[in-house]
Amino acid sequence: MRVVLAEDLFLLRDGLVRLLEAYDFEMAAAVDNGPELERALAELKPDVAVIDVRLPPSFTDEGLQAALRARRATPGLPVLILSQHVERLYARELLADGSGGVGYLLKDRVFDADQFVDAVRRVAAGGTAMDPQVISQLLAGTARAEPLARLTPREREVLALMAEGRSNAAIAQRLVVTERAVAKHTSNIFAKLDLPPSDDDNRRVLAVLAYLDRS
Amino acid sequence: MRIRAGLLEGARGLALALLSQLGSLALLILAINAIAFTSIGIGLFLTPAVMVAVRGHANLRRRLAREWYGVEIAEPYRPAPEFGPGLAGRVRRWQWLVTDPATWRDLLWMAVDATAGLALALIPPALIGYFPYGVVLALGVWRPIYHAGGGEWFTFVHVTSQTTAWYAAALGAAYLLVGLAVNPTIMRWHAGLTRAFLAPTKEQELSLRVAHLAETRSDALDTQAAELRRIERDLHDGAQARLVAMGMSLTAIEHLLERDPEQAKKLLAQARESSSKALAELRDLVRGIHPPVLAERGLGDAVQALALASSLRTEVTVELPGRLPAPVESAAYFAVSEVLTNAAKHGGAHRAWIDVRHADGMLRVSVTDDGHGGADPARGTGLRGIERRLATFDGVLALSSPPGGPTIVTMELPCASSSPRTSSC
Repeated sequence: MRVVLAEDLFLLRDGLVRLLEAYDFEMAAAVDNGPELERALAELKPDVAVIDVRLPPSFTDEGLQAALRARRATPGLPVLILSQHVERLYARELLADGSGGVGYLLKDRVFDADQFVDAVRRVAAGGTAMDPQVISQLLAGTARAEPLARLTPREREVLALMAEGRSNAAIAQRLVVTERAVAKHTSNIFAKLDLPPSDDDNRRVLAVLAYLDRS
Repeated sequence: MRIRAGLLEGARGLALALLSQLGSLALLILAINAIAFTSIGIGLFLTPAVMVAVRGHANLRRRLAREWYGVEIAEPYRPAPEFGPGLAGRVRRWQWLVTDPATWRDLLWMAVDATAGLALALIPPALIGYFPYGVVLALGVWRPIYHAGGGEWFTFVHVTSQTTAWYAAALGAAYLLVGLAVNPTIMRWHAGLTRAFLAPTKEQELSLRVAHLAETRSDALDTQAAELRRIERDLHDGAQARLVAMGMSLTAIEHLLERDPEQAKKLLAQARESSSKALAELRDLVRGIHPPVLAERGLGDAVQALALASSLRTEVTVELPGRLPAPVESAAYFAVSEVLTNAAKHGGAHRAWIDVRHADGMLRVSVTDDGHGGADPARGTGLRGIERRLATFDGVLALSSPPGGPTIVTMELPCASSSPRTSSC
């Protein structure tokens, strides 16, 4: 799987290259600024791009902007955005086209190599990987408070994990329950929130995120 | 319309003439005596009391000039410092008053107002008043006056017969017509005269400006110092302490690695948790210093992000030409953040509307909420603090919060361009 990486801090870029190579990713390019990233995305058409939000030369959200532009040019181009902070606003922009294949994680998540690589793979496969902090921001919004209050605590847990983009199997493993139990929870959640049921994992996640982000 | 204006100005002239006698003249005499009595002590107590009245009187006239004639007259008074208690405080208060040039200009103005001002203010009512007087004379009143031995002079007409009485009435009518035509102009002159003596001189304006700048600068420095102390404390107790803990864990792990790998693993997990927590704390700290969205996107999106994070249902409209100077963005951002928090915490609001726009070199931000209103800056809901911080930028805050709501906080910040990237400001 070919990866384009954009990260301006040398140590972190180096670390990420090692990590990804150790998990058998092929590094198509590792760049440290916005313009080069843009070129790499356009020319190399990677299977997935891992991008720091803030990049030189402007040190604004250049990485995010490049990613959004690349996705407009190549719909569904998988991008995983890394940042020192997560903003609901940015998550909304990433999810806006509704085509999936996006990730938005705190840089800290890199600490857990397995989880991080799992997120990269999920995004590359067209799924989503949302940081738990984004999800808790979404769940804290009062707009959805009333329907969310109808969920049991366990269902809320499942909802949060599902919104992060995890599959039923992953949720089952995480909560130490059977996949069938998770499936039951998810169908309850969809019923209680009045969402159309869907068997497709990615569609389901996007529906949940769209639901949570409505304000 | 013209008739009404002419009559109205006549009435106002009369009112101002009365004020010039009951106000300016009386207060002038009181003030001179009060200051003179300082030599025998009681002036120390009298002067401040009289000057409060003088300034009240002058401010009333400033207000009338603005409301009646649209003539803006700024207040020239130096802001009052802390006087302290007791006799020393009395002396300082006295000193503050008599060393303020505005005090002496007030006295000068009162002298002018009681004389030239009076004369000018009397013209409009006189022009109006002569008409009914002339008519009354013509209707027969001239007769008893004449028979009592007095020949009445109606301005320059000596009324000694019915014919001359009719002349007087006709002249009165002419005065009335003139009055209707010129009264508004005369009263505007009067307002101009008031401004000439009551408005701050260039020098006073500058010294007021300097005083204002000195105050806001010291406020800004205090705020900044407090902020730095907070950051230092947060780093010291937070991230720094966690890094120390991590270092210690790593040392322990080094020793345990071979003897007790299980224990080492546990410590490793702990170290990782410490690093996560340190990062989270640094993140919060950074957010408090300069929020990343603000740095990356500017005020518009940062306010959007605030709205998303707020517990209120918030609608945001932004009309900005581009990036504004960073300090202005930051001040406006934290002000909005605080106002939103207030609305949710103290205002009992559920919804809020934020409007951010830039026009005529001014950044204007208004935050409206549907809470129960009754917000009072004096009761310390953080509004004073916002006001102080905005003052550093010559910004102002206006609050409208009637009981029952809605509460509208409007902030205005002048913002000049600072670099090509922000030249649109």
